[in-house]
Amino acid sequence: MLELGLFYTSATVALVATVFAVTRYNVAHALIYLIISLLASAVIFYLVGAPFAAILEILIYAGAIMVLFVFVIMMLNLGSPGDGVEHQWLQPGMWIFPSILCLVLLAEIVYMLSSGDRMLQGKMIGPKQVGIDLFGPYVLAVEIASMLLLAGLVGAYHLGRKYLIDAREES
Amino acid sequence: MTEALTIPMEHGLLLASLLFLIGLLGVMVRRNIIVILMSLEIMLNACCMAFIFAGAHWGQTDGQIMFMLILSIAAAEVAVGLGLLLQVFRRFGSLDIDRASRMRG
Repeated sequence: MLELGLFYTSATVALVATVFAVTRYNVAHALIYLIISLLASAVIFYLVGAPFAAILEILIYAGAIMVLFVFVIMMLNLGSPGDGVEHQWLQPGMWIFPSILCLVLLAEIVYMLSSGDRMLQGKMIGPKQVGIDLFGPYVLAVEIASMLLLAGLVGAYHLGRKYLIDAREES
Repeated sequence: MTEALTIPMEHGLLLASLLFLIGLLGVMVRRNIIVILMSLEIMLNACCMAFIFAGAHWGQTDGQIMFMLILSIAAAEVAVGLGLLLQVFRRFGSLDIDRASRMRG
């Protein structure tokens, strides 16, 4: 029953954060809400008994992919520079709602950790089982995914390299 | 391991489809390319969530394996998408996707 409450709480956090992520004008604020939405998804994955997927969600989605977005926002130097912008960003209204959503998720995690594993007993699908299946029947899919990542790497390098060379020629 | 889930699967799938819907609305409504790419990530994440719920419902690992494959697709997609975004920004000087509505052959 408590597990259901945790699920509905994190589902609400995920939905609210996603709506805010799509409707913000400032891209950096949208990114913060998107990260919170992904963290809430990770909590949901843990609740349904997929801890490995939850860790990957945080490591790769909220970590690696969001860092790419941050890099691009920094590279394009969006928004007007100056003290006014920073003053506007440090106003409480900008960060207090994301912090509340994060604190809700943190409270859920602390509650789950303090109550031990009894809530999830007998229905966890751990990394060992996933790894055995991943490199057993699904090994061809792993190879295809690696080729896809190689293609993505080559494509991103090609597009970004042309961008850098052209920028150098123009300057 | 059958019926391993205390959370009703319908509610999980409903959450996944709502997230997918929000992402789809974001792709259709917003004109900023970065936000469109982020909405695509939301949609892929919603698909992942549906797979995870299905895998947990039947107590199989296949859901998590599909999650990992979708994750690699998302990583490749966002890398190429952000490279294209840099090109669009250099060519049109803006992130507004309507500026790029005419193709130059």
